[in-house]
Amino acid sequence: MADICITGLCKAYDGKPVLRDFSAVLPAGRVTGLMAPSGAGKTTLLRILMGLEQPDAGSVTGLEGRRMSAVFQEDRLCDNLDAVANIRLVTPGLARAKTLDALDAVGLGSCAGQPARELSGGMRRRVALLRALLAEYDVLFLDEPFKGLDRDTRTRVIADTRTRCAGRTVLLVTHDAGELDAMGVTQRLTLEMI
Amino acid sequence: MISTTAVDMKKGRDARGRRTIRAWAVAFWLAVWQAVSMALDQQILLVSPVRVLVRLAGLAVTAEFWGAVLFTLLRITGGFLLGAGAGVVLAGLASRFRRVEELLAPAMLTVKSIPVASFIILALIWFSSRNLAVLISFLMVLPVIYTSTLGGIRAADRQLLEMAQVFRIPALRRVRYLYVPQVFPYFHSACAAALGLSWKSGVAAEVIGMPQGSIGEQLQQAKVYLNTPDLFAWTLVIVLLSLAFEKLFLLLLRRGKRALERM
Repeated sequence: MADICITGLCKAYDGKPVLRDFSAVLPAGRVTGLMAPSGAGKTTLLRILMGLEQPDAGSVTGLEGRRMSAVFQEDRLCDNLDAVANIRLVTPGLARAKTLDALDAVGLGSCAGQPARELSGGMRRRVALLRALLAEYDVLFLDEPFKGLDRDTRTRVIADTRTRCAGRTVLLVTHDAGELDAMGVTQRLTLEMI
Repeated sequence: MISTTAVDMKKGRDARGRRTIRAWAVAFWLAVWQAVSMALDQQILLVSPVRVLVRLAGLAVTAEFWGAVLFTLLRITGGFLLGAGAGVVLAGLASRFRRVEELLAPAMLTVKSIPVASFIILALIWFSSRNLAVLISFLMVLPVIYTSTLGGIRAADRQLLEMAQVFRIPALRRVRYLYVPQVFPYFHSACAAALGLSWKSGVAAEVIGMPQGSIGEQLQQAKVYLNTPDLFAWTLVIVLLSLAFEKLFLLLLRRGKRALERM
């Protein structure tokens, strides 16, 4: 599998630059960390990589035809569906038992059948993360995936995520260097405020 | 299998409960009607509810009555279903293709603005009166369903649609799990409004066109002969049919949605 090469990406909204000449390589089969302060353009970068935005200039290679998975900054769950259904919405082939086991591993076994609207913020975040991890993908984008989790839960979820991401191409965006350490991320990128 | 939730169903029941027509209120208005009728003591001006019921009972034992009911019911139901189906399909196309929306906009505005009587008279010039109610119901229902459904599609959560795009959720699954739950309330409300409209316009078409063996023809004859009991009895039949059809259709719609969610 090829590396993902980002070359000279630029993006501005209403004339205000958000990304300016950003270049990086995301090595295949590894987790890359991206540290950036709020407003530095990390969500814009992810949206460009996911094909949800077009850059004003620059290019991205290595993503053509690749299956993507993501945890967005928002949970983006279907409120009327339960946790199992939300996960299986993107992976219909996944066995229910396997989904339940995965939910159990992040402490959500007892509320697997609850509609997403009834779950707390931390629970919803874990469902969104599991949905991304259990989907069939070649590249995974994680935008502050551990946001809103208490310390114990975060430790448990990071350990689970690290196991599931081993050997996969992942871009993990966070404000917290500790999360990158806990995930064992050695390849780190930064985005500066423009 | 993706399961539905009990919460949705409970909310639906509560909402329906608030809209329920209370028996005491109906009894009150019937009593007012009876009192005014007795005070006037002119059956040709205002027939009493008791007399209407007696006349209705008399009509209900004739084959002609049931023939007229079936004639009108089939045509108005057909017009409604065609209008609802076309409205949903066209709304789907308009949401996907801007040119379709642009093409349909003047047509929908025209249909909405032109008085129903003009349509009926025009249609009578071009077609026979036999299936006039189908066409008129269709025309009255179409813009209501189209506009509401298109609004529902447009109001669908962009973030969920982006999620579906990233995960490459196939189109049919997107429709079933993302669009249907979000558009359904719009479609349901539009149907509730359009159902009454289809009956009003459909019967109006029959009254003007007087197709043989229809409820409209019976109403027209009651008017011509100043047969007020018949006029009220047939009007009551229309109200009852319209209400029953509305309740049944909306019930089937909600059940259909729940069945789809359970599949």
